[in-house]
Parts: sequence; structure tokens; C-alpha cells
Amino acid sequence: MNRSVHSTEEQGMTDSQPRRYGRGLFLATVAGGLSSLVWGRTVWSRASVALSPAEQLVPFVPTSGWRIYTVSGSMPTFDPATWRLHVGGLVENELDLDYAKLRALPRASQVSDFHCVTGWTVRNVRWTGVRLADVFAQARPTQQAHALQLTSAEVPYVDYVTMKQALLHDVMLAYEMDGKPLAREHGAPVRLVIPEMYGYKNVKWLSRIDLVSEAESGYWENLGYDRDAWVGHSNGY
Amino acid sequence: MTRWVRRFSRTERMLHWVNATGFLLLLATGLVLYLPRLSVLVGRRPLVKDVHFWGGVGWISALALVALLGDRRGLLRTAKDLERLTPSRFNVGQKVNALLSAAFALLFLASGLLLWFGERDTRFRFASTVLLHDGLLYASLVLLAGHLYLAVIHPATRHSLRGMTTGKVSEEWARRHYPDWFG
Repeated sequence: MNRSVHSTEEQGMTDSQPRRYGRGLFLATVAGGLSSLVWGRTVWSRASVALSPAEQLVPFVPTSGWRIYTVSGSMPTFDPATWRLHVGGLVENELDLDYAKLRALPRASQVSDFHCVTGWTVRNVRWTGVRLADVFAQARPTQQAHALQLTSAEVPYVDYVTMKQALLHDVMLAYEMDGKPLAREHGAPVRLVIPEMYGYKNVKWLSRIDLVSEAESGYWENLGYDRDAWVGHSNGY
Repeated sequence: MTRWVRRFSRTERMLHWVNATGFLLLLATGLVLYLPRLSVLVGRRPLVKDVHFWGGVGWISALALVALLGDRRGLLRTAKDLERLTPSRFNVGQKVNALLSAAFALLFLASGLLLWFGERDTRFRFASTVLLHDGLLYASLVLLAGHLYLAVIHPATRHSLRGMTTGKVSEEWARRHYPDWFG
């Protein structure tokens, strides 16, 4: 059965040619790659856990696991002197928070996972910021306010969450990530963090929060993504 | 006086350099999209994304075009040679490199198209597509590093670059490195 691959005799174009291991290698690589669309993520997470007790391989990856998505030509810059977060719409008391005022609100911290709808995840992100309940205590939404319109300084990015979603226990306006002020690429100076939903709901570079009567479609929802972007239960997953 | 022997046909060289150009363009734009620090530095993500995607489509189309318009018969012979992992005009390492590069190109194309269409339609969205595309990047970088070292730096082998630029290498070198081809 076993034909010799490395015969010492002449190997012309004869019948005793060696097996086509090269072709096998090519086909196996293509097949392995394509099938990894099914098993890749499971194997990667298991390997991550097995190889590192901290449950991540991310320290070995130059991106620390993050990918920076933007939809416009330039990334907003944060100037503490001029920056304001406007809270308006259906509220009794409109707010214009500067950076110091934002940071003076009751401080909350949490560790949560961040999931992107494209399939990547960053585990155990340490966020610090403000709970929306503490913002609402000052702005006092009216009876008609049932949703939040979150406007990014990155025009034209906008998204919505319902009041109920905004008040989930682990939702916050985060101004620190992993112990440092939020970096520019992560939405400096403040972004929404809603871990139970995919990243596109976690609006970066927040500039306005307007209370509205109902949630509408945000930037990605207008391109076919789900409004309620529950991790693992939306967008075809 | 050096005597020369033809090592690569014009079609083969064209294929190689079209492949190299496309790969490097995609590597550069891909890294801007992938590495946070570069993303911040460069910005203009939508533009870089378009260049990356259409560059990828152009890369594969150009390769197909060269193969179609060039010496098809010659390429077919080369492909047949690559099917068998025994030393011939190429050593086994070169064959493995060529086969993996070709397989990676197909997988890059497939996963890239899925990423592109997945952004537009959930039916094309798989949780592992981005992992495959990234994994290919890392695997390709390993191949590229080895390839560049042997083709440009390592004194004993870098003469081979001549074969890929002018098409010819010295007979003496060919005899020493490829006894199964030019014995």
C-alpha cells in the first residue's frame, strides 16, 4: 500500500510518481480555514482559557483584543476646556455637564465583558463612570420620556436605548477604562457602556443625551442591525 | 564568466510581483484598520476600509488576469510540480510556502467577502469570520518573514531574488541549490 515518496531512482513523469502531498496540504488548509468559520470561536475561547488562567490570550495580541471602529473620516478630539455633555429633551432640568461636573457625579465601577457584533470579545474590562440614574436624578425626565437618544460627536453616529435598558444594573456612562481616563479611540471623554448589548449600542464620544418618547433606529439599525442588540440573542446569532 | 539559466518565466514573475504588491497594500491598509494606535494616527477609516476591500478584490482579479492572459500551460506545469512535495525546480520549503500562500489568499478572499457582506446582511455573519481573517494575517506574517529572510538577507540563498527579478540565476548557483532541477 505504502508507495515510497522519496525513491532514489529517477522520478520522471512516470506512473511511480510520489503522492500528491502538496495538493493535500493545499486542500486541507483551505478546508480547515473554511470550516473554522464553524469551530473557530469555540476553539479560540477554550484555548484562551486553557493557556492562561486570566482567561485571555489578549496580552499576546498587539490590539489587546480591541478593534477601533469609526464611521466618519476623523475621530473626535476631546478638549476639556470646551467639552460639554448636554442632557435635554423630555426633562424638567436640562444639563450642560462639563468634564469636572461629570466626574463630580456619584462614581460607579464595574468589570464587564465587551462583545462586538462582528464576533470579537474583550473580557474583564474595568469601567468607571456614572450610572444613568444619577444623571436622571438631576435632569428629572418627564413622564413621557421612555427612551434615550445618544448622540456621538462623531457625526452622524447616533443610537437609542429604552429607559428600561438604560437603567439596567450594569449600564453606565464610562469615563475611565482599565484605570485610565477613556482613551480617544475608545470614545474620550465619555461613552455609554451597556455590556448586555453589542458594541454598536455602546456609543462613543457622547456629546448629547436627549430623552425622547420612544426609541428609533440608530446608525447601524438603519443599515439593518437590530435595535435591541442583546448579546447572543440578536443580529442573527 | 557567469553563465545564466532561466529560472522563472515572465508569467511566473508577473504573478509573484502582482501578488506581492497586492499583499503589501492589503497588509498596510489592514494594519491601519486593525491596530488601534494606527487607527488613531491615520483616521479616515471609511476610506481605508474602501481601499482595503477594493484592493483585495483588485488583488485577486489581477492574479486571475495574469494567469488567464499569461503562459497558462507553463503555470499548469508549475502547479503540477507543486502538487508533489519532493525537491525539483523548487525545494520542499518553497513548495510549502507557495501552497500555503495560495490557500491563504483564497481564505483571505472568502473571509474578507464574508466580513464585507456580513456588515450588510446577517445571513453572511459568522462569529468566527474575524478570527479567521486575523489568524490568516498572523500566519501570513510568519511565512512572509521567512520568505523575506531567505530571499533578501540570507547570503547563501539571496541570489534567488535575481531569478524573480530578471528571470535568470547563475548556473553554478542553480546546480548547487537545485540538483534535482539543474543537475
